[in-house]
Amino acid sequence: MSDTSHGTGGLTFDKSKRSWPNEMNILFALIIIIVIFEVLGQVLPYMNNQSFLFDTKGRFDTIFNEARLQIIILQVAIIGIIALGVTQVIITAGIDLSSGPLVAATAMIAMSFAQTELVNGNPNPKAIFGLWAMDLPVMVPVLVGLLFGAMIGAINGTFVAFFRIPPFIATLGMFLICRGIALWWSSGRPVSFPTDSYKALGAGMMPVVWFLALAVLFHCILRYTVYGKHTYAIGSNEEAARMSGINVKRHKVMVYMIASMLAAFAGVVLSAKASTAQAGMGEFYELFAIAMAVIGGISLTGGRGSIIGTVLGAMVLGVIRSGFTFVKLDGSYQLMAMGGIIIAAVILDQYRQRNRA
Amino acid sequence: MTDEVVLKTEDLTKHYGGVHALEGANFEMKKGEHIAIMGDNGAGKSTFVRQITGVEQRTRGKITFYGEDVEFAGPLDAREAGIETVFQTLALADDLDVPDNLFLGREMTKLDWLGPFRLLDYKGMREATLAGLEKTAVKIPNIRNSIEKMSGGQRQCVAIARTATFHSRLTIMDEPTAALGVQETAQVENIIRTLKEAGEPLILVSHNMRQVMDLVDRIVVFRRGRIVANLNKDETDGQDIVAYITGAKTGAEYEGAA
Repeated sequence: MSDTSHGTGGLTFDKSKRSWPNEMNILFALIIIIVIFEVLGQVLPYMNNQSFLFDTKGRFDTIFNEARLQIIILQVAIIGIIALGVTQVIITAGIDLSSGPLVAATAMIAMSFAQTELVNGNPNPKAIFGLWAMDLPVMVPVLVGLLFGAMIGAINGTFVAFFRIPPFIATLGMFLICRGIALWWSSGRPVSFPTDSYKALGAGMMPVVWFLALAVLFHCILRYTVYGKHTYAIGSNEEAARMSGINVKRHKVMVYMIASMLAAFAGVVLSAKASTAQAGMGEFYELFAIAMAVIGGISLTGGRGSIIGTVLGAMVLGVIRSGFTFVKLDGSYQLMAMGGIIIAAVILDQYRQRNRA
Repeated sequence: MTDEVVLKTEDLTKHYGGVHALEGANFEMKKGEHIAIMGDNGAGKSTFVRQITGVEQRTRGKITFYGEDVEFAGPLDAREAGIETVFQTLALADDLDVPDNLFLGREMTKLDWLGPFRLLDYKGMREATLAGLEKTAVKIPNIRNSIEKMSGGQRQCVAIARTATFHSRLTIMDEPTAALGVQETAQVENIIRTLKEAGEPLILVSHNMRQVMDLVDRIVVFRRGRIVANLNKDETDGQDIVAYITGAKTGAEYEGAA
């Protein structure tokens, strides 16, 4: 073969690495926010030179203030599990608003299969079912919860993929349906007194363990498997994905199912942690989960975003929450600050996209 | 050039409701041939391509591919049979890199028992991509950049390089240079010449007379859903072809049709 190319210049086959990853920007922002709180701790007159993250008082024999680090991540871990799922949905250019109420509905349903027969020697006052459902192995409530999540996700996915209902509307409907299910399940009464093995699922730092383990799992799945590649391809150019022979509809159903199963698992962990399930649980969780993904640099038009980004986004929210408590500003300021940061993240993303084009 | 017939259509017809977009197309292509399809907008060129590539289902007629009757249920079927198409709208995913796009929908994998979660063989795909690019003499600075960072010419080259990577048995290009600049067009035309030297059969849908006269062996002209001429490049010229396209002339053997 002769070389007939009057090329457009440049080296031919350079295998160099990808450029500066987007995740580094979020890590950078996270560090800046931590530094701001660190400085505030030194500067604000009423703070008595407290350190935000470091153990300056020598209380714990460590460099960092471990208690604060644990709280930072613990308070975002359960919503973080949801965010891992919604990240995948958003990468396909979809959205899932149903996850918060799904957390509540799953908590109610799973908890009903996790109750103990006797509470302090007396029959369980919050019993939903008869004795047959008491003291079941922990796998039963977990599987029931995951199955319920899979079902809700399959319905979401079917409406989005096969009936072509916009994801926003389909999952908004499911948002209301799930909240309704949560209220209907026990006529609004809380479901309580789970078995010890169920409680163990959410005890102590377990939510963090689940969050990080699932984050690693789905990071690998998105990056190294066919499922992950097709998820990105569909969000990037659905028509191209279809023409390439990817079964786009079936894949979307699978993505929504995985997202809802993750939300359902978050419901299990949350109810285990709280030792009770209530119909009002998980309020605004869907929005905070989306916020984590957005802060993590996901593109709402699909095709771009990563699990690492979402984990960092979760950390940003955790640090802000913890930081506002640290400088003794109450929840109202936290909400306003988070809102500002979400908008700033989207503006930054659009700016990046314009620069790229 | 051997006499083996690559593609043959008999009475290929497509109606969209009452619109006769394609009517009784008889077409034959031999191994190693490069054929151009020309015609005005709405003449039936793209409709013809869509029937062959399985994007649409024909109303009637017969398609024979390497001597076998074929009935493609979708574009994937056609591709598996060995028909690679470079579509007018680039079927590329912007956020993915070059190997990802080349192998989209038919990734090289490991641990296939994992079903949808089977692992991607990135290394294998990168190597096959480089080999494919080399074969087509396509120059891309960094195959691991996402497609969106590339120029229109490079993107088109990626789309074309798919054909070389998968040892296609027939390549179809639908207006491959319509959106490209001069240099980029030259690059794409070079790839087409490379395919010619390698004996790969090609159907080129184009409006560009110079390009057609430069690149192909035979020119088939469509007008109002029908084939109106089948010309050897050496026995015709630009003016002649324009006459067929506009309807001033109709090939003798097609008099009855048009």
